[in-house]
Amino acid sequence: MSTGIPLQYFLILATIMFFAGVYGFLTRRNLITILMSVELILNSVNINFMAFNRYLYPNKLEGMFFSMFVIAVAACEAAVAIAIIINIYRRFTTINVEDVNEMKF
Amino acid sequence: MATNQLMFILFALMIIVFSILTVTTRKILRAATFLLFVLVSTSGIYFMLNYQFLAAIQLTLYAGGIVVLIIFSILLTSHISQKFESPGLKKIIFSAIASAAGAILAIVTILDYSFSATTEAAKQVDMTLIGKSLLSVDYDGYILPFEVISVLLLAAMIGSIVIAKKGGPAKIQSTILNKE
Repeated sequence: MSTGIPLQYFLILATIMFFAGVYGFLTRRNLITILMSVELILNSVNINFMAFNRYLYPNKLEGMFFSMFVIAVAACEAAVAIAIIINIYRRFTTINVEDVNEMKF
Repeated sequence: MATNQLMFILFALMIIVFSILTVTTRKILRAATFLLFVLVSTSGIYFMLNYQFLAAIQLTLYAGGIVVLIIFSILLTSHISQKFESPGLKKIIFSAIASAAGAILAIVTILDYSFSATTEAAKQVDMTLIGKSLLSVDYDGYILPFEVISVLLLAAMIGSIVIAKKGGPAKIQSTILNKE
């Protein structure tokens, strides 16, 4: 399936996706869009793992299992982050990171 | 040009265009929709690499689960037609320079490095192998991370319920304090 496509193309694709996520993480102010940027970053790392596993070590499965665990951790992280965001919204009625500047209740 | 190369170009273009749109669009619901497109094209890339099981996980968990969760929380916390204010020219310029510099550095390094593949025969990935490796205690087994991830999932589930439920920990504590 992946014949005729060099490994480097996958890595470049993942790099562009990763730094798009970094750009979003730096410029966004809304908590949910920051969370979406983090998802982009995690996803690009998964592409790297899979491409390395298929091209360099097709006799092993480490990359595949590692991306499986990354996906599970990403799901946990999204669930907890959204719970915190909803709680912040209830307390401050905004999810803008610049308006939420106190931790005491 | 072979069909798989065409498909790769299609998926790669979709991923690049939509991931940049995800971080630059000023409407939040649109950002979530573009993120959905990115995740679906990523699962297409996994299908091209011949990892069908992970592509299915990507579709169901990421595209089906996380994006729906994000859209729900968007609907709960902000107005749909609300537009973000632009983050400011200075911030945009410096963030763009930082990420472009990082991307160029990484791409140059990737193109410069010569990867050497193993010569051993490829393993056929099927469900039996995945299940046996996940639950095996041998050298190739993944039983310990499997157990750790199940504890993590349970902890995340309980934690998010406790944090998000009405009158979360802060409110309960403040009522206790008031009684005293």
